[in-house]
Amino acid sequence: MPKIDLARNEWLVALVIVAFCALAAVSDPRFLSIATLTDLLRGGIVLTIFAVGAMLVLVSGGIDVSFTAVAAFAMYVTAMALNAVAPWMPWWGALGLGMGIGAFLGSINGTLIALFRLPTLIVTLGTLSIFRGFMLTFVGQKQITTLPPGMREFGRMMVVRGTNADGSFYSLHAAFLVTVAVVVITWAILHRTMLGRTIFAIGGSVESARRIGVNVARTQFFVYVYVGVLAGLAGTIHASMARVANPFDLVGLELSVIAAVVLGGARLAGGYGTLTGTFLGVALIVLVRNSLIVIGIPNTWQSVTIGVLILLGTGLPAWQAKRAAARAA
Amino acid sequence: MHRFASPEARLAVIALTVFAVMAALSPDRFLSAQNMTSMAFQFPEFAILALAMTVTMLTGGIDLSVVGVANFTAVVAAMILTRFAGPDATGADAAMWIAAAVAASMVLGLVAGLFNGILVAVLGLPAILATLGSGLIFTGLAVALTGGSAVMGFPTAIAWLGNGTALGIPVPLILFAVLAALLALILSRTGFGLKVQMFGANPLAARFAAIDITGLLIRVYLLSGLLAAIAGLVVMSRANSAKADYGSSYLLLAVLIAVLGGVNPYGGYGKIIGVVLAVLSMQFLSSGLNMLSVSNFARELIWGVLLIFVMIINTRAAPQRRPKPKPEASR
Repeated sequence: MPKIDLARNEWLVALVIVAFCALAAVSDPRFLSIATLTDLLRGGIVLTIFAVGAMLVLVSGGIDVSFTAVAAFAMYVTAMALNAVAPWMPWWGALGLGMGIGAFLGSINGTLIALFRLPTLIVTLGTLSIFRGFMLTFVGQKQITTLPPGMREFGRMMVVRGTNADGSFYSLHAAFLVTVAVVVITWAILHRTMLGRTIFAIGGSVESARRIGVNVARTQFFVYVYVGVLAGLAGTIHASMARVANPFDLVGLELSVIAAVVLGGARLAGGYGTLTGTFLGVALIVLVRNSLIVIGIPNTWQSVTIGVLILLGTGLPAWQAKRAAARAA
Repeated sequence: MHRFASPEARLAVIALTVFAVMAALSPDRFLSAQNMTSMAFQFPEFAILALAMTVTMLTGGIDLSVVGVANFTAVVAAMILTRFAGPDATGADAAMWIAAAVAASMVLGLVAGLFNGILVAVLGLPAILATLGSGLIFTGLAVALTGGSAVMGFPTAIAWLGNGTALGIPVPLILFAVLAALLALILSRTGFGLKVQMFGANPLAARFAAIDITGLLIRVYLLSGLLAAIAGLVVMSRANSAKADYGSSYLLLAVLIAVLGGVNPYGGYGKIIGVVLAVLSMQFLSSGLNMLSVSNFARELIWGVLLIFVMIINTRAAPQRRPKPKPEASR
C-alpha cells in the first residue's frame, strides 16, 4: 500500500479543497473568478473569527458551544444600545462595545469553568440556553432593521470594489482586514507569548501543567474571555454586513464551526491545533455551503456532504493512529 | 445536607420542589387532570431521546445523532405509510403497513446505531465527532428524501402510538415507562450493563479485564439508535407527520436532561431513575411556567440556570461522598 501522509489533516483538507475547485472549474469555468473568490471570502469572515476562537478552546482542552449565543447577544445588545443612547458612536466604537459585551459573557463561562471546575461542555451548553433565553426574554425578539450609524458605516466599508469584464460586481469587505488582524493576534498569542505556551500546556495535560507551575484557572479564564471577545466581534460584524440585527441568527452554527476546526486537525482531547488547519477547515465548509451545486450535487445533499467530510477528515487520521498503535503494541 | 448525598436524592427533592411551587402558584390549573394528561403526552418523546443519550454517556461517549436518526427513521416510516397505505387505509391492510413501517424504522435505527458503533469502536473516532458527522448525514438523507417538506397522510390507527390511551394512561407514557424500566434492568442486572459501567469508569482497566470493548461499544450505539428510532415514531405519531428538522431543540435538551439526571458525561456513573427524575423536573417546570404564561425563551433561560445550578451542587457535594483523585479538570 502506498504511503500517503494523511495523518496531518491539513494535507487531507487542502487536497480535498483543490480537488473540489478543479471539479468545479471543469463543470463551470466561471467558477474560477474574482467574484467567486470574494463571495467565498465574504461568506467566510464570520465563520473564520468563530473558528479561531473555537480552535483556541480546543487547544486548551475544552469545548465551547455557547459562542454563537454570545455573538447573537453582543450584536443585538450593541445595536439596541447604540440606537438608544449613543447613535454618534463611530464604527470602531460599535465593534468595541460588541467585544466588551462578549468579554463579559465569556467571563461568566470562564468563572464557572475555572473557579467552579465544571466540565466545559456542560457549562457552555447551559450558558448557551441562558444567554439566548435572557436576550429573547428580557432584551427583545424583534429584528433591528435600522442599525446605528456606526454599524451601517462599517457595513458599507470595502477594501476593494470593482466590476468584472462580464459586468458582475465584486467587492472585498473591510471586515476581511479585521479577520486578518484576529488571525495575526491569535497567532502571536499562541506562539509568541508565555500565555500561549500555557494554553497548549493545559490542553496537553492539566496535571502536568499544574505541576510545572502553570496557573490553570487563570489561563482557562483568559481562554473563555478571549473567545467571548472574538464571538462579540464576529456577531457585530455579522449584523453590520447583513445590515440587520436578527436575534435568531447565528445560534445553531456552533457545531458546524467546531466541525470545521476539527476538520482542520485540532484535537478534541486538547493540546493540538493550528491556525492553518482551522483556516482550511473553514474554507472547505464555506466551499461546500456555497458551491456544492457547481460540481453537480444538489443543495439538498449539503449536510450529507459535510457529514461525510467530517467523518473522513476525522476518521482517516484516527484510524491511522489506531493502526500505528496496534503495530507498536 | 449529607442526607441528600446521592445526586438522585437531591434531584428527587428538586423535582418535588418544582412540583410543589408550581402547584402553589397556580393550583387549579397545574393540578388539573387536563394538565397532568397533557404533560404525560409531552415528555416521552424527548425523554426517550435522553435515555438514548444516557446509554452512550455511560461509556464516556455521546450520541449527537439521536435527533438525526429519529427524523430519518420517521421519514422512512412515514413514506412507507403514505406510499402504500395512505390516510384511508383501515383494518388489516393498515395494520400490516403500520407493522412494516415500524419494523423498517427500527431496523434503520439499528443500522444507524451500527454505523455509529463502527465509527467509534472500530475506527476509533471520538464519539462526539463521529455522531456529529453521522447526525448530519442522517438529517441530510431525510432532507434529500423529502426535499425538506413534511410527509403526511397516514392511516388514522398510527395516531394511537402518540395520542392514544390504554386504561386511561397515555400510550407514550406507558412506552417510556417500559423502556426506562427495561433499560434500568439491563444496566443494573445484566453482564452487559455491568461492563458498560466498568468501561465508562475506566476504559483501560476494562480492556485489561479482557472485556470485548469493540463489541460492547457497538451494542451501546445499537441500543441508542434503536431508542432514537422509537422516539422518532412517537414524534411522527404525535405530529401526524414526519420532517427532517423536527425536534432540533431536543438534542441539547436530551444532553441537558442526562447531565441533570446525574449521569457523568465522562462515563462510569449514571442511573436511569436520575434521568427519569430529571425529565419530570423539566416537564413540571416547563408546564408550570407555561401556565404562568412565561415565554418559551424564558424557559430556555431557566433550563440553563437549572443545569448549571445542579452541576455546581453535584461537584461541591461529590468529594465528600467519594474521595477521588483530583479530576483531570474541566474538559
